[in-house]
Amino acid sequence: MIYQDSKTLLTVRGLRAAVSGIEILKGVDLTVKSGEVHALMGPNGSGKSTFAKALAGHPSYTVTGGSATFEGADLFALAPEVRARAGLFLGFQYPIEVPGVANSQFLRLAYNTLQAQRGKDELDPLEFDDFVREKMKLLDMNPDFLERSVNEGFSGGEKKRNEILQMALLEPRLAILDETDSGLDIDALKVVASGVNGLARKDNAIVLVTHYQRLLNYIVPDYVHVMDAGRIIKTGGKELAIELESRGYDWVGAEYRAGARATA
Amino acid sequence: MSTALQNLVNQPYRHGFVTDIESDVAPRGLNEDTIRLISAKKGEPEWLLEFRLHAYRQWLTMQEPTWPNVKYPKIDFQAISYYAAPKPKKLSSMDEVDPELLRTFEKLGVPMNERAALAGVAVDVIFDSVSVATTYKQKLAEVGIIFCSMSEAVRDHPELVRQYLGSVVPQGDNFYAALNSAVFTDGSFCFIPKGVKCPMDLSTYFRINTQETGQFERTLIVAEEGASVSYLEGCTAPKFDTNQLHAAVVELVALDNADIKYSTVQNWYAGDEKGVGGIYNFVTKRGLCKGVSSRISWTQVETGSAITWKYPSCVLRGENSVGEFYSVALTNHHQQADTGTKMVHLGRNTRSTIVSKGISAGQSNNSYRGLVRIAPTAAGARNYSQCDSLLIGERCGANTFPYIQVNNNSAKVEHEATTSKIGEDQLFYFAQRGVGAEEAVSMIINGFCKDVFQQLPMEFAVEATKLLGLKLEGSVG
Repeated sequence: MIYQDSKTLLTVRGLRAAVSGIEILKGVDLTVKSGEVHALMGPNGSGKSTFAKALAGHPSYTVTGGSATFEGADLFALAPEVRARAGLFLGFQYPIEVPGVANSQFLRLAYNTLQAQRGKDELDPLEFDDFVREKMKLLDMNPDFLERSVNEGFSGGEKKRNEILQMALLEPRLAILDETDSGLDIDALKVVASGVNGLARKDNAIVLVTHYQRLLNYIVPDYVHVMDAGRIIKTGGKELAIELESRGYDWVGAEYRAGARATA
Repeated sequence: MSTALQNLVNQPYRHGFVTDIESDVAPRGLNEDTIRLISAKKGEPEWLLEFRLHAYRQWLTMQEPTWPNVKYPKIDFQAISYYAAPKPKKLSSMDEVDPELLRTFEKLGVPMNERAALAGVAVDVIFDSVSVATTYKQKLAEVGIIFCSMSEAVRDHPELVRQYLGSVVPQGDNFYAALNSAVFTDGSFCFIPKGVKCPMDLSTYFRINTQETGQFERTLIVAEEGASVSYLEGCTAPKFDTNQLHAAVVELVALDNADIKYSTVQNWYAGDEKGVGGIYNFVTKRGLCKGVSSRISWTQVETGSAITWKYPSCVLRGENSVGEFYSVALTNHHQQADTGTKMVHLGRNTRSTIVSKGISAGQSNNSYRGLVRIAPTAAGARNYSQCDSLLIGERCGANTFPYIQVNNNSAKVEHEATTSKIGEDQLFYFAQRGVGAEEAVSMIINGFCKDVFQQLPMEFAVEATKLLGLKLEGSVG
């Protein structure tokens, strides 16, 4: 939702980033204010996931130019865990498996680390168990998940729910959800979407990275951005997503290149 | 490997200090006269001198084993001093113990004083080959348990020592066991009489202190019919540049329905990050399940030593006897570990369980080597083995060498093995949830070692968890 009195959470200017020496992002600009839901769309290989990972600080992604300010702080000066503690959350496209570590332990460690950061009380295992079970109900998750190793042997849909569960526990200021809809059947998609909608508030923001318009039927974005070849080349409202669904991505690129030629 | 990960595993040894106590050191070199000197210094009976000389003569004919997957320069056995003792002093109370020594124990956190009483741990402290203090001996004596240094046992209970010494690991068993049998200086002796459940965990802290002194500990634990005991062995050593040879022998004997649980946390100096210095740990540990339905369980957490060569084993002779081996071996920098177990099934319906967890970091090499042998007499024998390896970084190695010999068709043997790796993606996942690399690695490692830590006595489990964290933590970022 767009609010008049909203606060700027994230400002990205001219962001360039490379993986293994190959530049993927070639100057991305994006501003996200509190209360807003953004959808970042685009064809495969356009740089959507790279954008998400570069902001979160994945060690394989090197920022080669530009800036990002998160709640007034220089994001790239912060270690990945510090970015997370500051309230930047990345929902993983492929959540990582951690054999031998119980999900409940992992979730509690993450939760308590943040509580400590925020100067709030940490929860002991019993208190946390009650707390997390409440959150799991919202996502229609089986409590068995708590005892299983983190993401190990989880189905695609289970992994995605586990990501949203973490988002619910950590209450980030800005959540970037990378292809959260991929691998979900329609029922799971509805559950995940209602989970995300339940977490959207006036003081936080969500960036949905997605390939398809399908998710946007359930989570309605305020802005839709189209990414192509490492840049955001078009921004519109929710109707842009519907147009993309019927016409594909090619025309946006063509229009952008024509525009670029015209101004050259 | 990322810089953060590299820093993380490059943690200096925190117990690296040398205690300044005058030592009574024998001249370097080994011959029959050295052995006579050791035996005379300790005032031993003739039969024990003969035991030593017999071992020495066998040792002379033996070859140093070359089959372990470890590399080290040739050891000059004539360059080693085979005896070192703190200046002899009669001690009647803890107050008389050298304060310097007490401070050393303090730094190591050995619970020898009143804290020991509260913790319920009896500590038989070995310091450079000679026991200087034994606590709780009297309390144990009330129920008939003998827990003392090997020297005292030879003096006060010669018939028991003579009956069992070398009965599980004979003098000529292997090169290092033969050497130990010839020159062992001290160790622990523990005897639990028929029907007695030892009321507390028995604990020994080993510490090698004199530079260039080979240390040859000899431990013997006997549990009579229906007896049970849990024994803890913890080790640290000061930092040296010279490699120190350690060749201990531990023998366990369990009679009918007896139960022996032997737990080790080992943190000897492993050498620096370039691989200089560190302890050579060539140990023979073996338990004999002599009686029916007896049980011997080895649990080890191996984190130290430059080279580890160690296979705590069980010979399952009694019908329905049970052997267990739970191990965590962590290697970092240039450490090399070739460790595992042997389960030798001789009796009917004998059962064994092997759970081995190897963690390699830095440029270390970690091998599991295990033998499961089912003799023709071992009808209905069963074994389950699980060997898991965890790699941290790109330059370390892990190997598994399982040997399985089955000579009885009714036996059932299972072996499972896995290899996994702590990678950048896992650490990034934790980081993205606000958790730093140190805590992440610690959580992953503890998860990996869970099955073994569960077997440790409570306070030891806490220590072991901290120790692994210590070995792998460091300045991150």
